[in-house]
Order: sequence, then structure tokens, then C-alpha cells
Amino acid sequence: MSETRPPRRPERGETIVEFEHVWKRYEKREILAGVDLKIRHGEVLCILGPSGSGKSVTLRHINGLTKPDSGDVRVFGQSVVALDEEQLTPIRRRLAMLFQGGALFDSMNVERNIAFPLEEHTTKSTSEIAEAVAEKLKMVGLPGIQRKMPAELSGGMRKRVALARSIALEPEIILYDEPTTGLDPLSSEKIAQLIVDLNVRLQTTSVVVTHDIVTARTVADRLAFLYQGQFQFIGTFDQAARGGHPVLQDYFRSMGFPCGTGTIAAVTGGS
Amino acid sequence: MSAPRPATPQPSATAFFYRNIRWLRFVDRFGRKGQAAVEYLGGLAQLVGDAAMGSVSRPFYRYELLRQLDEIGVKSVSITGITAFTTGMVLALQTAYSLAAFGGKLFIGRVVSLSLVRELGPILTALMVGGRVGSGITAELGSMTVTEQVDALRSMAISPVRRLVVPRVLATVLMMPVLTSLADVLGILGGLFIAVVELRMTAQDYLSSIWQQLQISDIMSGLGKTFFFGLEIAAIGCYNGLNVQGGAASVGTATTRTVVIASICVLVSDFFLTKLFLAF
Repeated sequence: MSETRPPRRPERGETIVEFEHVWKRYEKREILAGVDLKIRHGEVLCILGPSGSGKSVTLRHINGLTKPDSGDVRVFGQSVVALDEEQLTPIRRRLAMLFQGGALFDSMNVERNIAFPLEEHTTKSTSEIAEAVAEKLKMVGLPGIQRKMPAELSGGMRKRVALARSIALEPEIILYDEPTTGLDPLSSEKIAQLIVDLNVRLQTTSVVVTHDIVTARTVADRLAFLYQGQFQFIGTFDQAARGGHPVLQDYFRSMGFPCGTGTIAAVTGGS
Repeated sequence: MSAPRPATPQPSATAFFYRNIRWLRFVDRFGRKGQAAVEYLGGLAQLVGDAAMGSVSRPFYRYELLRQLDEIGVKSVSITGITAFTTGMVLALQTAYSLAAFGGKLFIGRVVSLSLVRELGPILTALMVGGRVGSGITAELGSMTVTEQVDALRSMAISPVRRLVVPRVLATVLMMPVLTSLADVLGILGGLFIAVVELRMTAQDYLSSIWQQLQISDIMSGLGKTFFFGLEIAAIGCYNGLNVQGGAASVGTATTRTVVIASICVLVSDFFLTKLFLAF
């Protein structure tokens, strides 16, 4: 009966996602060139980088949506590289992903969208599912919109509903792909605050891909700066502001954040 | 002393390359197309295999299957019916015109029914369904792919093949014979309409000639082909939809491609299936 035993819950601070020399090429372009990264349980890690630098590709390696050309990706200590779609199921049930555009199912209303993973993976009754949907919608600050269709929602609301769907199964890791892109500053702030709240309330680990420094400052325990196929800087926001990678410093300056000009303070080389 | 004669340049690989560059380009392009075709067929075969596995193992999406039966089957009734009815009318008119010199009015029922049941009913239904349903499947799955809804399914540990492909393939395979039967009946009724109104025949003459001619084997041969047509249309529609890359424009291109490939596949496979069914 070992198969039905629930998986061991990792300790706080334990490495639960690990990239080891991951290479990925699209057509003739090297997107990831030997990436190393460790993500610890309970933290919010922000992956920063210019457009097209491979941030989303990195994120998609974690839940096996994309497979590396070489190297290894381990999630909860298990390599996901060689697993097929069926074998990935137990790992994917412990993960959730918030897609850039929300990726809500157009043909279903908000309630059905959020209920969908619960209907698929739990034996909850209809009333229990309805309760869970209402609770998740409340958590993201959108109570009572169960009957609305995705087309009736604004961009920010769509992302929050998608977030409610992501947390429906109470995942251990939430992957956020550009959660604030295309939103006004107030909506962005709301989403960023939600990420922090959910991380604390649900005791999850969050990996946030963004190129928005403001969001990164609000949510990140650590920043990882992806540039030219590798993580050029991994450290806290303050360390980055004191003197991260020159391009990262340009980012900071362009957003009006003061930053130092000294030597690179915290290039940790993938830990 | 005169200077030594320069050696005759030997033909090198580079020289050969530049001399034959046009041919080499042609061979290269041909090879690439061939490779793409083989990859396409391989991907399609794999999808059909996965769908076959998915249709005999849990989880089953019964509600989704019912929805697709309605979407693919019930909503195709009007287009299939109109096509079959008008084709039956035209067949009756053309047959009367061709056989008039031989006094062959009495053969109209036989010709119309046999043509429709053995060939025109299945093939016209397949082409109509291929256009309506195949393109619809590609457009829907294609837009789900570009808006990351398919990836969202995968990230939720839900198989897009089981959830999206199996219900569509099953619904198309199951509804094709039903639609074709309907097309056969309506086509024969179209012929009857012309026979009675235009050619002044009695309905009894028309129907009894059909009754005498038509064998069960004719009907089975016609309907048997439609299962394969349904499988081809749905599989091509799903495969093209799930493999859309890029944005909305790619969805349009994929949709057109589905109609073209599905139509060609239906027409080509019709020949081989007819040969196969004639052998039994």
C-alpha cells in the first residue's frame, strides 16, 4: 500500500527543486546554457531577466511542461526529466502553475474552472466542492463571482481567478509566470500581495517569473537573475541593490531604485 | 627556361558543391519536406494510439463525450441533410437525362440509391463533416493551445488526450455512420421528389426499383467506410490543433490545413477502402 501513502512533506529550507547543468536550445538559439539553481521549501524565489532570456522556459522545466536537452531537474528529490506525462502525475498534483494570461477554460464559468481540478483529483461531494470554490474565491478577494464567464472578467480578475484555481488543490509549490504583466500598478500590487499572503497562509514555495522589479521587491525572499542563458546573480533584493550584475543594476536604476556601483556582491554560483 | 606549367586544378568537393548547388538545394528541400511528412504521420499515428488507449481506460469523460456527440453529430445534421437531398435530386435528373434515350426511367431509383448508398452518401458526408467538424476541432484546440489552456490541463495532471482528443475522436467515429445513414435516406428522398414531380413517375415504381436492387452488402460497404473517415477527420483535426505554434494567425493556417489534409485523406482512403470492401 506504499503507493497510496501521502508523500513526505519537506522541511522548511530544504531544497525541493534543483536544476543541474540544464541546457535548452530552441531552433538555433541557446536559451539555457548550463543552468544551476536550488529552490528551498517555503521561500519565494523571483526569477528576473530580460524578455526572451528563458525565465518562463526555466519555470516550465519544473513541472515537466518542457524537457531539457541535457542536464537534470529534480523536484521533491525526484528527477522529472525522464518521466512521461502519466509518470509526472503525482508530482504535478503537488505543483500548480499560474499562466501569463490566466489560461482559464473559456467554455466554463468561474465556478467550473476552479472546481475542475477538484473534480478531477478528489472525491469531494458537489457541495464540498462548491464550498471550496467559494473559499478560494474569497482568498483571492473575488467572492460571489462563481457564475461569471472568463470573457466577462478584467485582466486582473482573470489572473486572480486563475490563482484561485491554482490553489484549489493546496499545492506545495506554486509557479507564477509573469503574474503582473499587462496589469495596472494597483492590480499588480494586489496580485503581489496575494502571492505573499498565500505563501504564508498555505505554507507553499513560490517561484515567480517576472521582469517587474516592483513586484520582485514585494514578494521575493531571493532573486535569481537570468541573463545570457545562466543565472548571473542569486541573492536577496538588498544584495542585488548593493551590487548585483551590471545589467541587473541597470534594471534597478531604470525603475528608480537606488543601487550600489561596487563589485558584484553575491554571485552565489547556483546555490 | 620557361616557367613550369601550372597544374590542372583537381575537382574538389567545394567545386562540386558550387557546380551542383541548384540540384543540391532541390534535394535538400525535397528531403526536408519528406522528413516533415514522415514526422507528421508519425505524430498522427502516435496520437491515434494514445487516443485508442485513452478510450479503453479510466478516466472517462462521459459528459464531454455527450457534448461532442451533440456538437459534432447533431449540429452537422442540417448541412449533411441538405447536401444529400440536393445530390439525390441532381442524380435523379442526370440519370433521367442520360437514360432517356434508352427508356430507362425505371432505373432511376436503382442508380440513385446505389450511387448514394455505396459512394456518394459516405464521401459527401465525410467531406462536409471534414469541413465543418475538422476545422472546428482544429480552431478550438488551436486557440486552447495558444492561450496555454492545454498546458494548464497538463500542469493540473490532466491528460489533454483523454480530456480533449478521446471525446472528439469517439464522437466523430460514432456519428459518421449515423449521419451517413441519414444522408442516404434523404438523398433517396430527393431522388423520389424529382422522380415524382419532374419525371412523372409513381413513388411505388421508384421505391420498388430500389427495393429490388439494394443489398445489405451495399449498405454495409458504404457505412463501413465512414468509421475510418470519422477517425481520419477527428485525428487530423485534433493533431493540427494541438500542434499550433505561434498566435492567432497560426490557428487560421492550421484550420485550413486540416480541411485540405482531411479531404485528401478521405478521398485517397476511399479508393483503398472501396477496394477492400469489394473483396468481401
